[in-house]
Amino acid sequence: MHDTAHAVHGAPTSFIRKHVFSLDHKVIGKQYYALALLAALVGMFLSWLMRIHLGWGSYAIPGLHLLSANGAPGNVMTPEYYLQLMTMHGTIMVFFVLTTAPFAAFGNFFLPIQVGAEDMPFPHFNMMSFWVTFVGFLVLVASFFVGDGPTLGGWTQYAPLSAIGSVGGPGEGRGVILWACSIGIFCVGQLLGSLNFITTTLDMRTKGMSLMRLPLTVWAWFITSVMGLTAFAVLMPACILLILDHVAGTSFFVPSNLVINDQVLPHTGGSTLLWQHLFWFFGHPEVYIAIVPGMGIVSHVLITNMRKPMLSHRVLIYAMGSLAVLSYMVYGHHMFVSGMNPVSSLAFSFPTLVITIPSTIVVLIWLGSLYGAKLRINAASLFALGFISMFISGGVSGFFLAQPSIDIMLHATYFVVGHFHLVMGVAAMFGIFAGTYFWFPKMTGRMMNETLGKVHFWMSFVGAYCIFMPFHYLGIAGNVRRYQAFTDDYLVHLIPVHKFITIAALFTGFAQLIFLYNLIHSRFWGAIPPNDNPWEGTSLEWSTATPPPHNNFGDKMPVVYHDPYQYSVEGASTDHVMQTSPEDLKNAPDEK
Amino acid sequence: MATTVHEPPKIEPERLPSQGAGNGGWRNLVPADGDLRRVKSYSPPPASTGIWVIMASITMSFAAFTSALIVRQGTAPFQHITLPPVLYLNTLVIIASSVTLEIARRRIAAFMGGRGDKNGDQAANPALWLYITLALGLLFVAGQTFAWVRLRAQGFGLAANISYSFFYVLTVMHALHLLGGLGGMARVIGKLQNATLRRSTLDATSRYWHFMGVLWVYLLLLLWMKL
Repeated sequence: MHDTAHAVHGAPTSFIRKHVFSLDHKVIGKQYYALALLAALVGMFLSWLMRIHLGWGSYAIPGLHLLSANGAPGNVMTPEYYLQLMTMHGTIMVFFVLTTAPFAAFGNFFLPIQVGAEDMPFPHFNMMSFWVTFVGFLVLVASFFVGDGPTLGGWTQYAPLSAIGSVGGPGEGRGVILWACSIGIFCVGQLLGSLNFITTTLDMRTKGMSLMRLPLTVWAWFITSVMGLTAFAVLMPACILLILDHVAGTSFFVPSNLVINDQVLPHTGGSTLLWQHLFWFFGHPEVYIAIVPGMGIVSHVLITNMRKPMLSHRVLIYAMGSLAVLSYMVYGHHMFVSGMNPVSSLAFSFPTLVITIPSTIVVLIWLGSLYGAKLRINAASLFALGFISMFISGGVSGFFLAQPSIDIMLHATYFVVGHFHLVMGVAAMFGIFAGTYFWFPKMTGRMMNETLGKVHFWMSFVGAYCIFMPFHYLGIAGNVRRYQAFTDDYLVHLIPVHKFITIAALFTGFAQLIFLYNLIHSRFWGAIPPNDNPWEGTSLEWSTATPPPHNNFGDKMPVVYHDPYQYSVEGASTDHVMQTSPEDLKNAPDEK
Repeated sequence: MATTVHEPPKIEPERLPSQGAGNGGWRNLVPADGDLRRVKSYSPPPASTGIWVIMASITMSFAAFTSALIVRQGTAPFQHITLPPVLYLNTLVIIASSVTLEIARRRIAAFMGGRGDKNGDQAANPALWLYITLALGLLFVAGQTFAWVRLRAQGFGLAANISYSFFYVLTVMHALHLLGGLGGMARVIGKLQNATLRRSTLDATSRYWHFMGVLWVYLLLLLWMKL
C-alpha cells in the first residue's frame, strides 16, 4: 500500500497527449469504450445482414455489393459470404466488445479509482494496450477489403480449414492470416492490460484498502485479469503456429494426404485437434473473461440500488475465483463431438457440472440479497436484473450441454447458439449497459436520460428473449447451425421461426440505436448530476470530483476506513457510509 | 453528500471503534495514536510484482508451445534431429551472463547503498558488469543466429520437417523474449548513468534475465529429449 500520493505522471497539456496518446487510465478507459461501441455497431450490423438472409434468403439487400462484389452478386449474399459475415460477427463481438467493454473499458476507468490509486503503475504499457487493441481491430476489419474478403471459418477457426490456405474457400488465405494477426495483436494488448490491472490491485491500493475492502467490481476485474493473463498467453502461440502453417509451409495443424477441391495438400502429419486444444484452453476462460466483470458490475449496481450489501461479500468473491480456476478444467466440453476419447469427455463433463455450483452460488446470493430489498428502479438496476435473468436462462441450458450424450445431439445446432448468446453475449451486454447507465455521470459529468434508458431496457429485454429462446427450440428440432439456407424437408417448416427471430433482431437492434442516441445526446446535453455522488454510493469513485481530476483525487489521497458497501447500518448518520468516512460504525455487520 | 477526500480525515481518538465499539473485529480499527492500522506492513513496488506477472504469462506461452509439441508428437512420430553443437556453448554463455549479472546487481546495490566493494573502491564503474552481461547476452543471440543460419544453409529450414518447425519456433520465441531482457538491461544502464535507477527496476530486470536463462535450459532439455 502506498502511504503517500506520488505523481505517476504529470497532467498532459497538448491535445495529442491528452486525448489520443494519453497515459491517463481514464482516457484510456474511454477510448476502450469507444472502440467497443464501434465494434458493437459493426457486429450488430453484420448480424442484421445475416438474419435478413436467414429469414428471406433471396431478398436483395440494397447496397450489399458495396461490401463485397464477389460475396453479394445482385446484392444477394452467397453461402460463403454468409459464413464470412458470421465469422466476423463472432470475432468482433467476443474479442472487441465482450472483452473490451466490461473489462478493459470500465476496468481501466474505475479500477485505479476504486482502489485509491492515482493511475496504473505502467501507464505507457496501458496506453500501448489500447492502441495495440485498436490496431488489432483495424487489421481484422481490413480483411473485408483485402483479396477475397474475411475468413469464413467461424470465430473458433477450426483446423484444418483455417490452416490450408486459399484452397479452402474465400478468405481462407489472406483472410485467415489477417484474422490470426489481429487476434495475436489483441492478445498482446490484453496481456499488457492484465499486467496493469494485477499490479494496480496488489500494489497501488491506498491506505486502509485491504483486499476485503475492495469493491466487488475490483475483485471481478482482478480475477478476470488473472484469467486473461493465462488465457491470452496460450492463444497467442496458437495464432503464431497458425500463421506459420500459412506462410512458412509448416504442418502443425494440417494432416497428411488431405485433399481439398481435388488438390492434395503438401502438409504432413499435422494435428487437427491440436488447434482445438489450444483454442479452447483459451476459449473457455474467455467466456468467463466476458462474464465475470459483468458479475462485478451487476453486484456493485444492485448493492447501491438495494441500499444493502450482498448476503456475503466474501462468498461472492470466492465463487468468482472458483469460476476462474474451474474455467481451465472444462474446456474439453467444447470438443465432445471432435472425436475425443470418451474417458476424456467424462473427465471434462464432471468439472463442467461442478462449475455450475459457483455459478449457482453467485445467482443465489443475488436473488437472496434482492429478496425483501427495496430496490431503486432505474435503467442501471433494470439492466442488472436483466443480466441475472439472462444468466440464469442461458445457464440452465448449460446443464444439458455439460453431458456428452446430450451435447452430441445438440452441439451442432442452434441450441448451443442460443445458450452462449444468452449466457455470455446478452448477459455481458446487459452488464455493460448497467455499468454505462450507472457510471456515466462519473465518466462524463452528465446524466443519461432515464426514460430512454428504461425504454431501451424493456425493448432489449423482450427482444433478446424473442431472439434467443426460439434458438433453443430450433436446436431441439434439429436445426443445424452455420447453414445459410434451410432447404431440407425437415428444416423448411422452421423458416417462419427464423423470420420471427429476424424481426425480433431488427427490433432489438433498433433499441440499441435509442441507447446510442441517449449516449451521444447525454454526453453533450444531458442533465448535470446534482452532486459528485448521484446514486449515493459508498466506494471511492463517488468520493472524488465529477469527472475525476487527472490524478483522480486532487490534493489528498483517500484513506479508507470501511468495507465497500456500508448501507443502512444501524446507528449511522446516513443510510450510506462512504469508505472514506471516519465515522465509527459500531453496528456494522462484521464480515471480515 | 459524501465526505470528500479533499479534506483530511478527521480522526477523533475518543470515537475510535477500538475503544468500546464492541464489534470485536479488526475492521474499522484505528489505533489510539490516530494512525490507521497498517493493512500490510510491506508492499512490493509494482515493478517487482509486474515482473512476476510477466514471467507467469511467458511461462504459460511456453507451456502452450510445449503441449503443442507433445500433442503434435502424439499425432505423427517426429523425425529425430541433432541439435547444433553451438547451442551447448550458448548455454554456457547464458549461464555465465546470469553470474555476471548477479555480480553487477550486488555491486550496484552496494554502490547505491553508499558502500564500496571489498577493496573499498566505491568509484569503480558500477555498470561494468552490466556491460559484460549485455555483451554475453548479445553473444548468446549471435550464437543462436549462427545456429539458425547454419541449419538453413544445410537445407533444414522451418518447414523441413516438424522437428525443425518446433526447433525454430521455440528458439526464436525465446530469443525474442531475451531481446526484451537486453532492452531492459540497456535501460538499466542508461538509468544508472543518469542516477535515476531504482532498486526495484534493477531487481526486476535481473530476475527477468535469470528467468530467461532458466527458460533456455528448460527448452534445451525439451528439444534434446523430444526432437
